[in-house]
Amino acid sequence: MVKGVRFDDFRDVGAPVTTAKIYDAQGADELVFLDIEASREGRGTIIDVVSKVADECFMPLTAGGGVRSLADFRRLLLAGADKVSINTAAVENPALITEAARQHGAQCVVVSIDVKAGADGRAEVHTHAGRRPTGLDPVEWARRVVALGAGEILLTSVDREGTREGYDLPLVRSVAEAVDVPVIASGGVGSLQHFVDGLTAGKASAVAAASIFHFTDQSVIKAKTFMKQAGIDVRW
Amino acid sequence: MIAVVDYGSGNLHSVTKAFEAVGAEAGVASTAEELARAERIVLPGVGSFAEGMRSLRRSGLVEALAEQVLVRRKPFLGICLGMQMLSEEGSEDGVHAGLGWIAGRVVAMKPSDRALKIPHMGWNDVAPAAGGREFFAGLPAKTAFYFAHSYHLEGAEPGSVAATTDYGGPVVAAVRKDNIFATQFHPEKSQHLGLLMLRNFANWKPAARPAGGVSA
Repeated sequence: MVKGVRFDDFRDVGAPVTTAKIYDAQGADELVFLDIEASREGRGTIIDVVSKVADECFMPLTAGGGVRSLADFRRLLLAGADKVSINTAAVENPALITEAARQHGAQCVVVSIDVKAGADGRAEVHTHAGRRPTGLDPVEWARRVVALGAGEILLTSVDREGTREGYDLPLVRSVAEAVDVPVIASGGVGSLQHFVDGLTAGKASAVAAASIFHFTDQSVIKAKTFMKQAGIDVRW
Repeated sequence: MIAVVDYGSGNLHSVTKAFEAVGAEAGVASTAEELARAERIVLPGVGSFAEGMRSLRRSGLVEALAEQVLVRRKPFLGICLGMQMLSEEGSEDGVHAGLGWIAGRVVAMKPSDRALKIPHMGWNDVAPAAGGREFFAGLPAKTAFYFAHSYHLEGAEPGSVAATTDYGGPVVAAVRKDNIFATQFHPEKSQHLGLLMLRNFANWKPAARPAGGVSA
């Protein structure tokens, strides 16, 4: 199952909407919008983008970036998001996970976990778009956010992001096996085989990518065709 | 005019836009008068059963909904939590009474395959049953719809099950009773085939009385 698009620049709303329509037409299963600089720059969320995309793309949308409060959740859901992703706010205020799940159901609370190697070389959860180490172990943190009410985990290897070397499969697998909610693998896809690896060796429920679709001639259609031929049950 | 009920829960924006995309006139309704003026009524819903029922009662629209749907028999569509709340009771966040328009209770999903994750999140194939065929008109025999839920309807009357899916066991994907149709999945989020289903609902003319029924 292919999901996922990351945009890191929302200033031009037109481009995300056009891109989203293309992915929609190609049969992407879900779109993920993350304004990854929002928490660092203290910007608001990406309501405009979500609202404009939701006007034209009738498909599952996850949105995140700068989400701090239940009011932010509500605004994004009203704009047309189905799920809201939190990252920095989950670490700083874990109670928000529980409150949001109680209010909107676990299925719309996605905790985004950004992982990169810490000073000692061990995998460590980072916030603020990968800039701030938290000291948290990814597997322990994943278990905790699920216990608090998260319905899905978007797991990103910051070290792999943009490298096209493939997912950090040991990381993906360790988190996917530790929790009973879906885990979406993200970060590092450079070939179509990497999607298959994420689902098989990584045991992820879904795989996300952006660069491969943005910057190469690979399309969602090609990715799904490849995965189907590899024996993965994809939606057709 | 299709009224999408605003009771503080649910993806109103997507539902109204999806109906507009298939050429139906839709708008948000938050008062009894607006429901009275509507030709069709849609109850969306995202969130927990307990919170949804609380919001619905707080909105003061329960009686107006019953009047328009059960007495005036306007075509009605419930989506996701909007389907679950039609049942007799839900057991999410404690046991809470539902609207009781359809038989059954909403309980936590327990797929037989322990490897299956909960929430049931993503696309899954839906098989129509006899009562649901008119909503699947024009759709391929095998159509996937988008699901996002952890609880499901159990104990529905077999005759009211309009579609099923499989997630480590059978899951009621849609129910239909008289002028009431409701889906566990999100047609408004299921791309062009979901829109086709919404168009089918917008054109649906339920029989004035159930087949073989006797007027009271």
